[in-house]
Amino acid sequence: MSLSPDQTQAAAAEALNTFPRLLLHHARVRGDKIAMREKDLGIWQAWNWQQVAEEVKALACGLAALGFKRGEKLAIIGDNRPHLYMGMAAAQCLGGIPVPLYQDSIAKEMAFVIDNADVHFALVEDQEQVDKMLEIRKVNESIRQVVFDDPRGLRHYDYPFLQSIATIQELGREYDRTHPGFFEKQAEAVHGDDIAIMLYTSGTTGNPKGVVLTYDNVIITARNGIIRERLTENEEVLAYLPMAWVGDNLFSYAQSLIAGFTVNCPESGATILTDLREIGPTYYFAPPRVYENMLTQVMIRMEDASKLKQRIFHYFMDVAKRVGTRILDGKQVKPGEKLLYMLGNFLVYGPLRDVLGLNRIRLAYTAGEAIGPEIFDFYRSLGINIKQLYGQTEGMVFICVQPDGEVYADTVGTPAIDVEIRIDDNGEVLYRGPGVFHSYYKNPEATASTKTADGWVYTGDAGYFAENGHLKIIDRAKDVGKLLDGTMFAPKYIENKLKFFSFIKEAVAFGDKRESTCIFINIDLEAVGNWAERRHLAYSGYIDLAAQPAVYDLIQECVDKVNEDLSRDPLLSKSQIKRFLILHKELDADDGELTRTRKVRRSFIAERYAPLVDALYSNATECHIETEVKFEDGRTGKLAADVTIRDARQFTPIAKAS
Amino acid sequence: MNERNLGDVVLEVKGISLSFGAIRVLNNISFNVRKGEIRSIIGPNGAGKSSMLNVINGVYHPQEGSITYRGETRQQMKVHHAAAQGIARTFQNIALFKGMSTLDNIMTGRNLKIKSNLLWQAIYWGKAQREEIEHRRKVEEIIDFLEIQEIRKTPVGRLPYGMQKRVELGRALAAEPDLLLLDEPMAGMNVEEKEDMCRFVLDINDEFGTTIVLIEHDMGVVMDLSDRVVVLDYGRQLADGAPDEVRSNQAVIDAYLGVSH
Repeated sequence: MSLSPDQTQAAAAEALNTFPRLLLHHARVRGDKIAMREKDLGIWQAWNWQQVAEEVKALACGLAALGFKRGEKLAIIGDNRPHLYMGMAAAQCLGGIPVPLYQDSIAKEMAFVIDNADVHFALVEDQEQVDKMLEIRKVNESIRQVVFDDPRGLRHYDYPFLQSIATIQELGREYDRTHPGFFEKQAEAVHGDDIAIMLYTSGTTGNPKGVVLTYDNVIITARNGIIRERLTENEEVLAYLPMAWVGDNLFSYAQSLIAGFTVNCPESGATILTDLREIGPTYYFAPPRVYENMLTQVMIRMEDASKLKQRIFHYFMDVAKRVGTRILDGKQVKPGEKLLYMLGNFLVYGPLRDVLGLNRIRLAYTAGEAIGPEIFDFYRSLGINIKQLYGQTEGMVFICVQPDGEVYADTVGTPAIDVEIRIDDNGEVLYRGPGVFHSYYKNPEATASTKTADGWVYTGDAGYFAENGHLKIIDRAKDVGKLLDGTMFAPKYIENKLKFFSFIKEAVAFGDKRESTCIFINIDLEAVGNWAERRHLAYSGYIDLAAQPAVYDLIQECVDKVNEDLSRDPLLSKSQIKRFLILHKELDADDGELTRTRKVRRSFIAERYAPLVDALYSNATECHIETEVKFEDGRTGKLAADVTIRDARQFTPIAKAS
Repeated sequence: MNERNLGDVVLEVKGISLSFGAIRVLNNISFNVRKGEIRSIIGPNGAGKSSMLNVINGVYHPQEGSITYRGETRQQMKVHHAAAQGIARTFQNIALFKGMSTLDNIMTGRNLKIKSNLLWQAIYWGKAQREEIEHRRKVEEIIDFLEIQEIRKTPVGRLPYGMQKRVELGRALAAEPDLLLLDEPMAGMNVEEKEDMCRFVLDINDEFGTTIVLIEHDMGVVMDLSDRVVVLDYGRQLADGAPDEVRSNQAVIDAYLGVSH
């Protein structure tokens, strides 16, 4: 009683510093409250904290009976299912380490992780994953036990090492009767500096690396996030992103176990949008493309609505555009406008949020890549509090978060609680904080090259602090170059700005070790084609359309706007686009111009279209080019065109250069 | 497949002949189906395959021959007998209620199992309510089995063809049949849809032990799925046996598979 509330809280946090303790705490304190839901046979089935704790206990005891020891790894593979999350907790209660894997990886990819992480036990969702385990066992017998959740199709699988969760839990209950107090003792013996989880980074180059995180890493960081955003036990989240991804572990597992809120597992991958609407989460994460797809759906369906509805929609969306984000940020707006916004909320925004399943959102995050400002503002103007965050597996997600009321489309916000950020001489962002990972598993060289002795982590991203104190990420550090005059040149940043225009499908920026920035552009055939049709502009195909002067005018507008934008940026104002051309051919992965994940391969393109690049940096206004192309059936052909080159408008820098 | 343990004969047709006026559609057809078997009927267009299915579930009444189902021998099946005794079927041309949702369509398959009368159902209270909940659970199990959760509430008319076929299969399953007749379940599907459907046919057979008689044009599918195959041509029975035997039968090769030299 003598302790102040703050101290009590701190003391409680001290004691609840592992997931096993947190789980038992919730079972005691809020045993009746719903912890998890899963839609099964069309009905949302619920587990309260008491039931979750019981199931975890049975599962843990069952695993122990099979020989699962402290420090043992448990591979977890499947869609987001309550039993898989419980398996994660069960392993942790025994002092073991869960290793979630990406469920759509092929057996070969999984084999690497299973071998690298020394996994002997696997908890998998269904037959599909069991088959992969069997395939892996043919070459690597290190997996001693496989436990599955969904028995469908597995009736004729007769292997001594294969059991269902139900069997294991039955075994566990028996074990608990013969070993009373075993579970509680094991759970209590887990400490804050023990390893909580290993997450494999997908690894765009080379093999994936296992990021080792301790309970302190995960729990302190997750709790800081809860404090900063004032999350409560009443939040609802939808667990739909891969369990192997650090974000899902944070939002659907760690934060739920700390704050005690409810995690909902969708019925299947195909029903997420329906489930989203039924659940109406209050706390939500989605990568930019999810928001983008939802917006596209809305716009397409509005096209089919009646004229009257369309007019109402567009009228109020204009109102929202003017004042929506200001109202959300708590800023002053004219009373008349506010009244209009309230009417709009009744007629349009509310119903729209409801259809999207975002009606109850208190906090939505997005991260992973740049989000288009229009998309971002669309949701914010509807009154949905979307914020960007900047994070990494190595830092247990939270590095920077946008504070409420200070949300800008082009920055990622201010450092998270207890996180320090430093910009290296070459522009690379470094951070230090409680979430900084323990090490890469069995890979001391990689650990040493990523994490300094005093705990700073290299992000590999280039960025800087804007004048308002927010971090701005511009590009991967290794892609950032310099123009001849020393100005920073961030190709992806400029390309992304261009790609936010629906008319531009791809952009390739050149400028490293050159005097100025020049651009190749691919128009979006569908968007520009549509635009041309409405103007009765005849065209025969991509090449024809791309060469039309009217299209050049259209693209020039976009390029000029990007330049205007760049001119406001103190660091990048001198890297404004000097000249551009619209490429006569769509960039294609089959021709090696894009990676399979549709990222432009800049140096390859520069080589392949060398005459065009040379022409951009000369005075020429036209250039003839012949390109070899590969057709889908494997044949090759030649494509010849005369490509026009245009100058872009230059803007004088508005902000003073730093 | 061949080493599977198949049960006793559940259905036996003997000397079936069917004519419409002067047209002889089936001529002295005899074969049997064993419990738990996947039995295929193949043959060129107009061979009498669909007619054969119609004879089995009592839509057509043959002039000659007999049908023995579950030890009971009849001259001809009656539709309501067939349905009441656990024979369900799908159709070559999809026969669903286009304006109703997937869920409701499959629910219609439960019709024979519903005991409470119209009035009780309308009041929806007590026994009727409990009963409907029970049927709904069964339907949801089928939806889960066929992996069509995302179209649960979509009107069937809006679904692509392959999906409609799957819903139709769902409706047949809703009757919890012992014998399932599938009339060209894979016609008009793309390769991926066919693979899905094959998997479902095998899963149904495996999971519920349902005996399946199917008609199919796709030779690859038939040979992979079936335990035994009957070949018809212009109402005559050309061959009957395991896929390999049928494949090497000269009469079949000439009539149906094409002569390969």
